[in-house]
Amino acid sequence: MSTVVKGRKPPRVGDQPLFRRALIGIVLVLVALIILAPLVIIGVEAFAKGWAVYRDTIVHPDTRHAIMLTVLAALIAVPVNTAFGIAAAWAITKFDFRGKRFLLVVIEIPFSVSPIVAGVAYLFVYGLQGIFGPVLDAYGIKILFAIPGIILASMFVTAPFVARELIPLMQAQGRDLEEAATSLGASGWRTFLSVTLPNVKWALLYGVVLCNARVMGEFGAVSVVSGNIRGQTNTLPLHIELLYHDYQATGAFASASILALIAVFTIIAKVALERQGAGRVRSDPLAAANPAEKAS
Amino acid sequence: MKIRLDHVVKTFETFRAVRDVSLTIESGELVALLGPSGSGKTTILRMVAGLEYADGGHIYFGDQDATDIPVRDRGVGFVFQHYALFPHMTVAENIAFGMKVSKVKREKAAIDARVAELLRLVRLEGLGDRFPAQISGGQRQRVALARALAVDPKVLLLDEPFGALDANVRRDLRRWLREIHSELGITTLFVTHDQEEALDLADRVVILKDGHIVQQGTPEEVCRDPQSSFVMKFLGDANVIAAEVRDGKAYASGAAIEVSGLADGKAELYARPADLDWSLQGPGIPASITRVLDRPDGRRVLATAETGEHLEFDVEPERTVKAGDGGFVTLRRAKVFAIG
Repeated sequence: MSTVVKGRKPPRVGDQPLFRRALIGIVLVLVALIILAPLVIIGVEAFAKGWAVYRDTIVHPDTRHAIMLTVLAALIAVPVNTAFGIAAAWAITKFDFRGKRFLLVVIEIPFSVSPIVAGVAYLFVYGLQGIFGPVLDAYGIKILFAIPGIILASMFVTAPFVARELIPLMQAQGRDLEEAATSLGASGWRTFLSVTLPNVKWALLYGVVLCNARVMGEFGAVSVVSGNIRGQTNTLPLHIELLYHDYQATGAFASASILALIAVFTIIAKVALERQGAGRVRSDPLAAANPAEKAS
Repeated sequence: MKIRLDHVVKTFETFRAVRDVSLTIESGELVALLGPSGSGKTTILRMVAGLEYADGGHIYFGDQDATDIPVRDRGVGFVFQHYALFPHMTVAENIAFGMKVSKVKREKAAIDARVAELLRLVRLEGLGDRFPAQISGGQRQRVALARALAVDPKVLLLDEPFGALDANVRRDLRRWLREIHSELGITTLFVTHDQEEALDLADRVVILKDGHIVQQGTPEEVCRDPQSSFVMKFLGDANVIAAEVRDGKAYASGAAIEVSGLADGKAELYARPADLDWSLQGPGIPASITRVLDRPDGRRVLATAETGEHLEFDVEPERTVKAGDGGFVTLRRAKVFAIG
């Protein structure tokens, strides 16, 4: 391990071999205990009663319904938040207008508010005792304890993800490219499609992946607004909790393994996208767009 | 195309960037907007382009009032200081962009032919398939110019075109831009804070300060006859010597020079380093040499006058002067401006 040539470099804090090994050891033990062990437990427990039980849990109508509902929520919330995120980032970074800072703060709110608070807030807005509840009820529209509520809560919690990824990058890139495109005769839409979007595509995809992972894993806000009706308004995370409270540990772990799998895919996608230059801001927009190429 | 600005005003929040600027650029002229940072030169350029709207006044392209025509329809070629090349497109795609998005539909073959022609014009044949990140700064600047020219603009606008390049590349590109201008004859307006660049390149130099035009004219006019101490100082090194005007003559300590049209009173005498000389006998401003800087084309002498003023002047390479020498600084010529 010792690649430091003695006598060449001045000694730094923690450079002694013993100290270094101790530090690395502590980190490895903590990673094993805190991060790896729980993941391993999920795998082990999910298959504790054999493949058949695992399969039965997954194909059980309630589990299947929970998966479908989670996928449905993601299919709606992710595209909507992506469109919103792009629009917000475009507006904030390419235009000057009153209330721009306020808009930035509003976009950040879901990050700073606990999801459960968001859920309760939705209860007070759309619940029967809430502001719009009675009106909606009179027209037979059900938002809470139904799919619309789940989707709304998921959307609220994940609203900032795409915008947060795009804004710093687009700010660093400035407005020159858009101005150049317009001065050459391109329309706003054309400028966006052929100039702005290609230069943020990796960051955009990165934001979408993170947003998707969060929608599928969201528990707090959804738990409040869904009502936890088995086979009707249970998403995958809620389903896991129900199974767990029913003392069906194997079932809970089997369902959890699906979420864990999604997490693993997310991490792989995230690493792959970071290699393409997403997720961090480069000072040079040219290098950000062509990370593999160096200016001569 | 002739460009005319008529009492143009622009304010950013509380900062008055451009204050009542009127300016005419004749068809085919190459004009430099020269000024220190914050003088409003880039804002004027961006208003001509339509990237910024004027708060007051009018901008005419020929006889047409272009003040409210959006940038997209204004038909200008704009070259940005940092090139603003599209990094995800090749050089050829960058140049073709304006033709592809144009309302006038062009055949692909026609676009390709025009791109090849422009690559030849900017001497970048064979680099069409490279990406902007793969070429040098000077080459990027030429691509930016080719891209702007591709849409046959009525006027070419350049914002600090050589600001980001090193001195040698800069000089080459300057000559080259001048050649392209004579070849195409397109009305061109460029912004710079580098007086040498403006004087080298432009038919006419417009000097700006705090959002006003302080002087304009050919390089010869502004160099030989600066109308204010600001222009005098901004165009090049200048020695400032306290003087007093009496009966049509300006007197500095030990030196005097004829002036006309100045009332009696305190004044400042401005002299370029080449306007001063060194002599061992008076009359002249008594001074002692503090340092001699040797340069390829001569010797620059730094001296301190008895009155405490620091003076700089050039002498021929053969002259033997050294730090510590005492003598007299003589005046070949100077400009005198009243104080206040």
